[in-house]
Amino acid sequence: MTTATTQVSPPRAGGALAHAARAFPTLFKVGLAEIVAYRAEFLVWILTTNMPLVMLAIWHAVAADGPVGRFDQREFTAYYLGVLAVRLLTSTWVVWQMSMEIKDGTLLSRLLRPIHPIFAYAAQHLAGVPMRAIVISPILAILVFAAGDRLALHDPGLMAIFAASLLGAWLLIFFTMVLVGALAFFVDSAIAVFELWLAVHAIFSGYLIPLEALPSWIGRAAAVLPFRFMLGFPVEVLIGLLGPRAALAQLGVQWGYVLILFACAMLVWRTGLRRFNAFGG
Amino acid sequence: MAPATENPVVRYGRLLGVQARVSAVTAMQYRGDFLVRGFVTVLWMSVTLLPLFVVFGARRQVAGWSFAEALVVVGWFALLRAVLEGGVSPSLTAVVEHVRRGTLDFVLLKPADAQFLVSTAKFEPWRIIDIGGALAIFVYAFAHLGRWPGPRELLLGLAFLVLAVMVLYSFWILVVSAAFWVVKVDNLSYLFQSLFDAGRWPITIFRGALYYIFTFVFPLALMTTYPALALLGKLTAATAGLAWMGGLAFAVIARAVWLRALGMYTSASS
Repeated sequence: MTTATTQVSPPRAGGALAHAARAFPTLFKVGLAEIVAYRAEFLVWILTTNMPLVMLAIWHAVAADGPVGRFDQREFTAYYLGVLAVRLLTSTWVVWQMSMEIKDGTLLSRLLRPIHPIFAYAAQHLAGVPMRAIVISPILAILVFAAGDRLALHDPGLMAIFAASLLGAWLLIFFTMVLVGALAFFVDSAIAVFELWLAVHAIFSGYLIPLEALPSWIGRAAAVLPFRFMLGFPVEVLIGLLGPRAALAQLGVQWGYVLILFACAMLVWRTGLRRFNAFGG
Repeated sequence: MAPATENPVVRYGRLLGVQARVSAVTAMQYRGDFLVRGFVTVLWMSVTLLPLFVVFGARRQVAGWSFAEALVVVGWFALLRAVLEGGVSPSLTAVVEHVRRGTLDFVLLKPADAQFLVSTAKFEPWRIIDIGGALAIFVYAFAHLGRWPGPRELLLGLAFLVLAVMVLYSFWILVVSAAFWVVKVDNLSYLFQSLFDAGRWPITIFRGALYYIFTFVFPLALMTTYPALALLGKLTAATAGLAWMGGLAFAVIARAVWLRALGMYTSASS
């Protein structure tokens, strides 16, 4: 094998926005077709998210003889089913995909296309959202059946904030993954970095335990860190733990984080791309 | 090459030594990983212990388990996770790749048992730090309890360590065998790990379906709760006997499924 290397420059992102928007439906369809083709794999990914159910069982045992703080058994049910639904709806595996494509050089074929690779990734993974929505619909049905009166369904304002926070959470998770995935340009162990990130995320996002139930210093830290806005915040809005004013203010913080992470991810991506050498190109 | 008349135990012992040495030499080339591993272990331990602290901060007892007793379960969980990620999953993840690319041919051509070869192909010696972490949890838990396991409990605990590793390994063999049928199995390993994560909790906390799943289908009870009960001196002889029988049956089934799966293997060229 020759080790001739090819320096690749990124497609121009600036003027290509309208062009990219036109390509979006096609990219979306391709992404959907891929999920249908690998449906077994997709389902296994879904089943991997089982921690909320385990934690729900634990807290049910704990709260059997009375509520813990504001949380009684039904509140825990509402919280963890909400966590499960939001997590399943908003997660992607773009970080594994990126680090693999950067390492084995298949990223090259993406760079040759006249669409910004990040945009293509985004379209492909957004295509997963409708499938994910179908998968979580039974969870939502159980949630409404078991704890419908605890949800903020009656308040259209809160539901609108919830919808916006879901989109914000998706973007936050996506850009964080792009940021970590792009680290594969620099180091071998981008996935190891991501697993560290997941461990911290599990605590500070409210994935394992509702942030209210954690020691207060973690709660205070979680209020300013970005993790909560990827998971805990939408769930808290959904189950009515936040009033409309507080929810709206925090939505602003969330979208601020979206912008910051977008900028960081693009910076790392561009810096990394300059170092990218596709072998055998 | 060893003569064919050599005692198989000696022969496989020597083979294991060779395979382990290769892994050790590789690990020594990445000495910096030692520090990274140490850092990750401390972080991971905190993330594992935090829910326990929160739960037992709310109640003195949960489903009959005190904080210190539940810590013993976490100790077993940490110990087995170290064994899993240091000794079992690195090699067996490679099998999936072998099957997918057809390079399993090279393993099958070697004059030794294929399951043995693929199972010992790669170790991660730095995981020894995680074992240290697990032992620290045990020491802390028993210091908290104020009494230490006697020789009888320690012996039974050791027997359960063997059983737990056997069950863990057998389950992995089953997961890997699935690669022969469905190929795209790399995320099955993630599923396995995510289910294994529930092993940090005493099994009796779970009710209904989860209890039966974690006792009989995915026997986490055999891996963490029963060993902890053994160390605490709370396990009855009947339960211990049944657990051992179940574990042995599991290992036999896993071996049979592996041989069957190997029969399905169609190699690279066909």
